[in-house]
Amino acid sequence: MSTVGALVRKDLRLELRTRESVPSMFLFSLSTFVLFRFGLDRETLSGDLASGVLWVTLLFAAVLGMNRLFVAEREEGGFDAFLLAPVDRTALFVAKAAVLFGFLVAVEIAAIPAFAVLLLGPSPLQALPELLPVLLLADAGIAIIGTLVGALAIQTRARDLIVPLISLPLVLPVVIAAGHATAPLFAEAGAEALPGRWLGVLGLYDLVFGLLALAVFDFLLED
Amino acid sequence: MAPAIELEDVGRAYGERTALAGVTLALEPGRTLAVFGANGAGKTTLLRILATLLKPHAGRARVLGRDLPEDGWAVRGRIGLLAHDPLLYRELSARENLRFHARLHGVEEARVEALLDQVGLLARGDEPVRTLSRGMAQRVAICRCSLHEPELLLLDEPLANLDPGAAEAVAPLIGRDAGPARVVISHDVAHGLDEADVVLGLRKGRAAIVAARGDVTEADVRGLYAA
Repeated sequence: MSTVGALVRKDLRLELRTRESVPSMFLFSLSTFVLFRFGLDRETLSGDLASGVLWVTLLFAAVLGMNRLFVAEREEGGFDAFLLAPVDRTALFVAKAAVLFGFLVAVEIAAIPAFAVLLLGPSPLQALPELLPVLLLADAGIAIIGTLVGALAIQTRARDLIVPLISLPLVLPVVIAAGHATAPLFAEAGAEALPGRWLGVLGLYDLVFGLLALAVFDFLLED
Repeated sequence: MAPAIELEDVGRAYGERTALAGVTLALEPGRTLAVFGANGAGKTTLLRILATLLKPHAGRARVLGRDLPEDGWAVRGRIGLLAHDPLLYRELSARENLRFHARLHGVEEARVEALLDQVGLLARGDEPVRTLSRGMAQRVAICRCSLHEPELLLLDEPLANLDPGAAEAVAPLIGRDAGPARVVISHDVAHGLDEADVVLGLRKGRAAIVAARGDVTEADVRGLYAA
């Protein structure tokens, strides 16, 4: 765990210095909400449509973070230095997934209020306690897939293409489950009950892909 | 004691291109192997195989008594690699970089301060690496590769960008008398030969010279660079 802690602290310090990921992810989300507002020609959204717009936007913003996740390791030799250390290589996966998860949470703290102001009809405050577990489970799934795909793509020259091409189909179940779970919370007449089965789907997805990623990540770092 | 390095017919290819072929040599602990060769001769490939970062595609490689790549995990923490790139995060300070690597290698942070002092960077240890001169960044990289007191040092042009004073300051860490076995890539033929116990000359990935220092002349090595 001390290795994971050292890697996470290093990545957070780099992000604080460079501000390359979180601000760009947030600005992208904000721009997309504005585009939806004018593109749909609607002042407010609710239900399925609001839920879909929110999750598609957050997912595309996450792709920006995935693209940047391993850049410092690749361009500044972090991979080589890490591979020479006598530590468990899965620590790098756990640390990077935790960092991407943290970036997503940070973006959502700013982007969801912006979404509520710009597009959402019903107030999200009433639904907030039920929205939180959906956000956290969906973020975990996106972070797991994003870390795996980011590590795969960084070894190639076409990183910017590989990340969306591979990650978007893989996180489709997350968008479906999170969209279905969130839609009743954004209902026009006020938040309805959270459908528990979609939370279950998100939890199962995180578990299966988390274990799969731990099993294969080592091979992605091999020559 | 097992040799620090034993290579038998080691080879490596990148796709169709052979980068290294048929390299056979041995290096005893505490000795220095000087590696010479023109650009693209396979020097860096050899270094990365020894560092466990590349797998050999042919032959048998043993480092610090362990077979590669199978036992690579057992020797990683015992190797210090000074590559062409410094392997430092440019936005972090020298001190932050070294503390990060100290944690990965389980080294006390007090050693970071001692090393910064030794290479004359104690006062500039909090400045981002991107603001340091190349020579200073090279000194930090030398601290990084010797932080965990490795048994084998793999050095790619270790004195590049260093002024004579800096070269003297880093000598106790990576010089001939530092203690560990060393593999040194150098384009400074005279200096490289001065430091060598064993000489490897590579030409187009093949070992054109493998000999004890006493059996090689400067002219032999300079011949490697002839067109």
